[in-house]
Amino acid sequence: MAPLILNSLEKRFASAAPAVRDLSLTVQQGRFLALLGPSGCGKTTVLRMIAGFEQPTDGSILLGERLLADAATMLPPERRNMAMVFQSYALWPHMTVAENVGYPLTVRGVGKDRARQKVREALSAVRLEAYADRRPAALSGGQRQRVALARCLVTEPDVVLLDEPLANLDRHLRQEMEETFREFHSRSGATMIYVTHDQSEAMALATDVAVMSEGRLLQVAPPEVIYARPEGRIVGGLVGQGSILSVRMPAEEAVRHLDWPRLRDALLHCNVAAPRSDVLVRPQDVILDGSGIAAAVMSSFFEGERYALRLQLADGQPLRAFSRQAVREGETVRVVLQSGWRL
Amino acid sequence: MPPQTYSRDSQPRWLFPFVATVILVLSVLPLARLAATGISSALKGEAGRLLADPALWEATLNTLTTSLLGMIAAVTLGGSFAVLLTLFDVRGRGALGFLFMLPMMIPPQVTALSWIGLTGPSSTLLKAIGMAPPLGSPQPLYSIGGIALLFGVQHAPLVYLAMRAGLLALPKEGVEAARLSGASSWRVLLDIVLPLAVPGLVAGAAIAFVSGVGNFGIPAILGIPASIYTLPTLIYSKFASFGPTTFSDISIISALITLLAVAGLSVEARVLRGRDFRTIGHSGQAALFTLGRFRWIAELLLWGLTCVILVLPFLALLASSLAPAYGVPLTPETATLHAYEEVLFRQSVTRTAFANSISLAFASALGLLLISVLLGYYIVQTRSRLAGFIAALAEIPYALPGIVLAVAFILLFAAPLPVVGISIYGTVWIILIAYLSSFLAVSLKPVVSAYRQLDPSLEEAARLAGAGFSRRMRDVMVPLIAPAAGSSVILVFLIACNELTVSALLWSAGTQTLGVAIYNLDDSGSFDLAAALSVLVVAMVVVLMLALELMARRLPVGALPWRR
Repeated sequence: MAPLILNSLEKRFASAAPAVRDLSLTVQQGRFLALLGPSGCGKTTVLRMIAGFEQPTDGSILLGERLLADAATMLPPERRNMAMVFQSYALWPHMTVAENVGYPLTVRGVGKDRARQKVREALSAVRLEAYADRRPAALSGGQRQRVALARCLVTEPDVVLLDEPLANLDRHLRQEMEETFREFHSRSGATMIYVTHDQSEAMALATDVAVMSEGRLLQVAPPEVIYARPEGRIVGGLVGQGSILSVRMPAEEAVRHLDWPRLRDALLHCNVAAPRSDVLVRPQDVILDGSGIAAAVMSSFFEGERYALRLQLADGQPLRAFSRQAVREGETVRVVLQSGWRL
Repeated sequence: MPPQTYSRDSQPRWLFPFVATVILVLSVLPLARLAATGISSALKGEAGRLLADPALWEATLNTLTTSLLGMIAAVTLGGSFAVLLTLFDVRGRGALGFLFMLPMMIPPQVTALSWIGLTGPSSTLLKAIGMAPPLGSPQPLYSIGGIALLFGVQHAPLVYLAMRAGLLALPKEGVEAARLSGASSWRVLLDIVLPLAVPGLVAGAAIAFVSGVGNFGIPAILGIPASIYTLPTLIYSKFASFGPTTFSDISIISALITLLAVAGLSVEARVLRGRDFRTIGHSGQAALFTLGRFRWIAELLLWGLTCVILVLPFLALLASSLAPAYGVPLTPETATLHAYEEVLFRQSVTRTAFANSISLAFASALGLLLISVLLGYYIVQTRSRLAGFIAALAEIPYALPGIVLAVAFILLFAAPLPVVGISIYGTVWIILIAYLSSFLAVSLKPVVSAYRQLDPSLEEAARLAGAGFSRRMRDVMVPLIAPAAGSSVILVFLIACNELTVSALLWSAGTQTLGVAIYNLDDSGSFDLAAALSVLVVAMVVVLMLALELMARRLPVGALPWRR
């Protein structure tokens, strides 16, 4: 089957720095890739290049053997057999739900009966059969989203693109839609590219997460791997909760998973000769324990099942932690850092 | 520079050549030809003889006097309507506003005819009520003052519209905030609201002045019989007495008109620079001041003025069109539809004019629909500076006085077309091309604003669905801009049907338009027939404007010129 290949992709707009630079990525058929990054990092530009709305200024995009675009040639979007869910849904207000969903079939000249049947299937997949004759204006936000999804489902596209599809929905609807997306992915078997700035969305949905910042690709890996072994400060800060401590530690030690003895040594016996390294510590690995090191409680909030603490270590570095028991602001506690990850 | 290939990737290859050809034929070529003739005749020294002609300077003086006086009248009328109808709790504001806008869309020669029917010794209306001045006394409107007065009536809606935008800029909350901070109603009005209207007033005055400079219909009907010439009617008379120097003369007079128009417009541009109040006025309710016991006085004034500038002239026109044989007073018993019968069924000249005007209007409206849909798409879709330049070129012919544009097309098409060797001069085609050029901006504006309001992802979704350019145009884009495109069609039809200025210079036997027919009938003394034709034209204007008014809710803001 055909993988989607981005090959040293670059996109410069008229002004200043390139929006996307030297981005290489291969997405195997049937994978669900989340492009994660803060707004303005170039992820939407990548998506629009894959769709064919923007032409790369360097590099190339291939689907298997087929060249979709490079700086000289470009296959127009209407001939790429892709589908997209837009942030604004992009439903055509003058067509009914069924007409919206069926339009890709109409354009492809699919026979009426067959088209009607496919539209019915697509609508039933998103549980909207009853709304076939309504106009988009008469639907709620979540229903419009599902119509847009059904429109993607109907033609069996090679690649489905999703541009922050949940950004305009409230939290309750998001969870429901995440479920729908997962179902959609396993049913269609299409390659899916999902742009988002919400890391929990990316983690919950994707088979692979690609983290971008300032036009560059920083790391691509399955969600568990990205969470457990992020590469570099930016990815570490973007994915999951956690604090990044700067500690002095002998560089020759290749170990990246750090346990409490190592961390305690590094924090307590400051080896001035050793270079500094960044260590990511997840809040659930910070345990309140009398044998640990001292930390001042800067703030403490009850989150429902536990307290979320912001601590400050003796050298002034901030640290986040969870606690079962109530802890008051201004108190000093002792903590053990069960594990850390050298970035 | 990065390659710009992406900017045009949604457009088919033929779109840019199409756009370039349209702009070339409708804007660049005629203007360049006019400029070239003007410059070459100035260089050949032919300008000296014309510039030494006192008639030219008299006409220039007349143009300036009538336009300035007309501007003052328009500002007085339009300004008081704008302030009273926008700011105060006068009843029936909607109806008054619509009636006040009518003169803008009524062709100027019809305005002139209706006022002639209202005053002077031959007024059927005055005779019917026994108030006509004695025979032989002069028609008071055949004068500088008469021309200026009618300029004022015709152009007052322009001032009204320009001022209204500024007055509406301050939402109700703004006034309430000022009141809470201790200002009285009148203070708020004087200190806050009226200053907002000053730029609009100046802009409106400039537009009224420029419209006066370019107006042909009113000075043609009121001025020529009294040998009072303005620059546009001077061109017309030079053209009527065709001679070897005509082309150079009319190109130089056109340059003079253009200079005056540009001077007026640059005043407007200077005043409006950086003072776009329209954008801060959100859609909140406008401020409304209570007039209390003065309300009925204001209402009386407004309805009274509406009567004088609109109802009475129209009644006079109606009376003239129903007038029985000469000398018989008009009463319900003697009124006759003979004039209507004559213009609709007997006179071949008027029947040809009907056929010509309606087919020209249809052809312009539909031709411009096609052009606007494609050109508008190009302008909105293209991300390069070229698109802005092309949009500006499309605007110029409309901004120019019609008479200047007509001269440009005469110069361009006087010689047979190159290569094919056919001359379109003197045929209906030259009028059609001039109409397409002149009304391009009218048609383009609503379409462009509709395209701009569309979410670009609607088209992108259609592209991903597999629809090529013509397919997605037909299925997605055109249905979505249909209301705006529809209003374009009606608007162009409305204006083209009544057009006089351009066709006055371009018509020849068999290609006369309604505007020309009305003018010629009046010129040859058949005032009752001219009046009947005018009544039909006014009725058509009102019907079409009401149709657009009904569509207004579905149109983009600013699509209708009288609802800015």
